[in-house]
Amino acid sequence: MIDKIARSAADALHGIADGSTVLIGGFGEAGNPTELVHALIDQGARDLVVVNNNAGNGEIGLARLLQAGRVRKLICSFPRSSHGHVFDDLYRAGKIELELVPQGTLAERIRAGGAGIPAFYTPTAAGTDLAVGKETRTFAGREHVLETAIRGDVALIKAEAADRWGNLVYRKAARNFGAVMATAADTTIAQVRRVVPLGELDPEAIVTPSIFVAHVVAVPNPVSERDSLLALDKGLAA
Amino acid sequence: MTGWTLDQMAARTAADIADGAFVNLGIGLPERVADHVPAGREFILHSENGILGMGPRPAAEDEDMELINAGKKPVTLVAGGAFFHHADSFAMIRGGHIDVCILGAFEVSCDGDLANWSTGTGGVPAVGGAMDLAAGARAVRVLTAHTTKAGAPKLLERLTLPATGRGVVDRVYTDLAVLEPAGDHFRVIELAPGISLEEVAARTSAPVSLP
Repeated sequence: MIDKIARSAADALHGIADGSTVLIGGFGEAGNPTELVHALIDQGARDLVVVNNNAGNGEIGLARLLQAGRVRKLICSFPRSSHGHVFDDLYRAGKIELELVPQGTLAERIRAGGAGIPAFYTPTAAGTDLAVGKETRTFAGREHVLETAIRGDVALIKAEAADRWGNLVYRKAARNFGAVMATAADTTIAQVRRVVPLGELDPEAIVTPSIFVAHVVAVPNPVSERDSLLALDKGLAA
Repeated sequence: MTGWTLDQMAARTAADIADGAFVNLGIGLPERVADHVPAGREFILHSENGILGMGPRPAAEDEDMELINAGKKPVTLVAGGAFFHHADSFAMIRGGHIDVCILGAFEVSCDGDLANWSTGTGGVPAVGGAMDLAAGARAVRVLTAHTTKAGAPKLLERLTLPATGRGVVDRVYTDLAVLEPAGDHFRVIELAPGISLEEVAARTSAPVSLP
């Protein structure tokens, strides 16, 4: 019987190797698999390349992973946040490599990775510093930049509900990168608020079909990043 | 010299957006455009993180951190709104489906170059969706103060900061005027009440002229 519901996050993350590329879902707080990232810290993998739209906020989730010194390189579009001191300090000290990618190019590179497309041309960033050193080609009189696909060894994402096959539905704007990253990793691990019986998810509404998901971890009450930031502010003010 | 207030600037920007347009608003001042939709018109607001039909800020007790805008602030969804993932959201932008985007700017040049992602030295660079919008939106318009807080011109003959896109800006709305990049100068489409062309010229680092 197929049953992708893991007994624990530790079980789901077992075997992630040093040097892995880890896709981490989320845009700001929405869709961030904070509990899986904390389990990755406990798991111990080092020298990671992380792909996330941002660079962590406060001192939980990705920020905590960075703080623990586990990340060699970050691929992201917007490494600024309201409480971005962890990344800022590492970046200014030269302790982390940053590959800055336009957000749509980042999403499309991941989509391409999941769809077996090794590279594609886009007009985004043509003529800018972010195209320096990249191949260009003119289509219909307009310069385009060659961008390569991104694949992960692992994707850590957050969804709202899953069944034992690993079908996923999301909630509101927390879908963001999760549904794209799920397609582009060798092993996709989803944390979900609810696990429901097979057949209960409306087939017309399933966003990520089971084929893209390896493990599901139930996290009924995920940590609130906003609450964590408020606590951090109080601590800093004290 | 006074010129337009921030709300008047936003209203002037909104006045040029057609009924039924799909509109992406940048972080900061451009967000105000949503508060000035002219009577009888309907805009559908797109948010890069996967929302069409974005509505105004909710009451504090209704805030939901899974329903946020590009600036990571809580928003609402209007009737008819939809959610989708990031690749679809940027297909809307990069595929030319967004009619208008209103962006902030550090600098705009008179040949339509835009700089709004990097201050060049020191700070952490952050591009987000700006280059995708600059390349993919059908119209790229800038809403910004005419000068920096220190009084330095933001409208220049040539950018001094790294470009977000080249030759992409088709209109600029400031506190002093509405202008169009026209190659070797800015064409002044409209002056704010009480503002003279000479006053605009004195605060612009490129030639300006009336059409």
